[in-house]
Amino acid sequence: MSALLTVTDLRAYYGQVQALHGLQFEMKEGSMTTLLGANGAGKTTTLRAICAMVRSTGSIQFAGTPLLGRSTEAIVKLGIAHVPQGRGTFTSMTVEENLQLGAITRKDKEIASDIERMYAHFPVLKQRHTQQAGTLSGGEQQMLAVARALMLRPRLMLLDEPSFGLAPLVVRDLFRILGKINREDKVSILVVEQNAQLALELADHAYVIETGRIVMSGTATDIASNEDIRKSYLGY
Amino acid sequence: MELFTNQVLAGIATGAIYACMALAVVMIYQAIDQLNFAQGEMAMFSTFLAWQMIQWGVPFWGAFALTLVISFAGGVMIERLLFKPLANAPILTHVAGFIALFAILNSVAGLTWDFTIKQFPSPFGSAPFLGSQLISTHQAGMIAVTLVLLLALYFFFQFTRIGLAMRAAAAQPESARLVGINTSWMVALGWGMASAIGAIAGMMIAPVVFLEPNMMGGVLIYGFAAAVLGGLSSPFGAVIGGFLVGIFENLAGTYIPGVGNELKLPIALALIITVLVVKPNGLFGRSVVKRV
Repeated sequence: MSALLTVTDLRAYYGQVQALHGLQFEMKEGSMTTLLGANGAGKTTTLRAICAMVRSTGSIQFAGTPLLGRSTEAIVKLGIAHVPQGRGTFTSMTVEENLQLGAITRKDKEIASDIERMYAHFPVLKQRHTQQAGTLSGGEQQMLAVARALMLRPRLMLLDEPSFGLAPLVVRDLFRILGKINREDKVSILVVEQNAQLALELADHAYVIETGRIVMSGTATDIASNEDIRKSYLGY
Repeated sequence: MELFTNQVLAGIATGAIYACMALAVVMIYQAIDQLNFAQGEMAMFSTFLAWQMIQWGVPFWGAFALTLVISFAGGVMIERLLFKPLANAPILTHVAGFIALFAILNSVAGLTWDFTIKQFPSPFGSAPFLGSQLISTHQAGMIAVTLVLLLALYFFFQFTRIGLAMRAAAAQPESARLVGINTSWMVALGWGMASAIGAIAGMMIAPVVFLEPNMMGGVLIYGFAAAVLGGLSSPFGAVIGGFLVGIFENLAGTYIPGVGNELKLPIALALIITVLVVKPNGLFGRSVVKRV
């Protein structure tokens, strides 16, 4: 398998503050990769840099196409769907409208059937399809956010802290569906997580970030079985 | 009783125009969080263009359609040239921009067509509507045109993808970019539509107030009053607000001694201040919670 995403010497800045210091990693097509690290390590910033939502330098190649210098909306059209922290659902709109918005850049005729597919993945969304997204529970909103992202038919999905604020059972359910989407729909997933234990169970590859640099990388099994890494970086 | 019915119907007719102006104001407010003080002057300028075309012999509805197209393009152009570069500028810079636009449109109209009052033809005539003395055919026409416009806008925003994209861009711009919507063009589109809606209001009210460069001053203040009353975050509220303000204006002018025609305008301003003090979000607006 070839590299879908190659990040080299990535530096990102919030005003004068540098948040990433020459980040380097790559992701294979079809894989589920996780970025781990403590608060403020630069995980969210990495995802934001991929989507041109923070000023950055270096190089990000997506399937051979350089991303730096492109606008957020142009990057989305290349097939990268980002589920930001706080979910990025349109709270004043209905569930169905949110799904339609996920496919707003598509011009094919299969949008309606894809919406039905999403309802099959997440039956609770079908029950609530005319309800305003803001009235859903936290778990339902996260499912809607993932479904909305999938409506793009992305090659790569970026997930920022999908477990944040959710009950453990809901998180289990969500990760089970994410694994299924990764295997069956062949969507590559880059997931940022605080819940390292859970992320490592599901992902095939992992990178550990500390203060804007990659300090460790390997297969998820290797990282999970390395007690030193676990104790010093992952905190469990 | 007949006087009362008469005043209410006349109020609905002018209210239709205020509803259009309020809607134009709200569209731009939703897109860029600013009140467009030049909305009235843009409408006035569009109306002059229509008048000029009619003078050249273009039939009314042809001139009407052409004016809408030109106004739409003009609105998009104003946003691209003047307000897009100001996107991240402070409020006062925007205010200066709006005042500049106001002054420029007003002076250019005066220079081109001079400040004398002109007759603007009504496509509906001014005979009594259906033989009734209560309302004229022009007033009935104003109401009908507004209703058609509102219906068209409703369908556009509820049932078309571009309407959905515009709503998304206005509600949550960052999320909208993340689904691939070019939010900057959605703002320009909003300006174009607001400009065209204003043009309709201008062409409908011109036969009543007569055409001259300052004709929209009062109308825009009523439009603001309507938008504030209905809630600046609610297009639906703006429309309801427009009709309410129109009725209220006429009834106050008729029944409150001493108000007459001269004091109608202060009533609109008093209404704006009262709403802002008593119910700052208007009748239908949502309260906005800003994160610090």
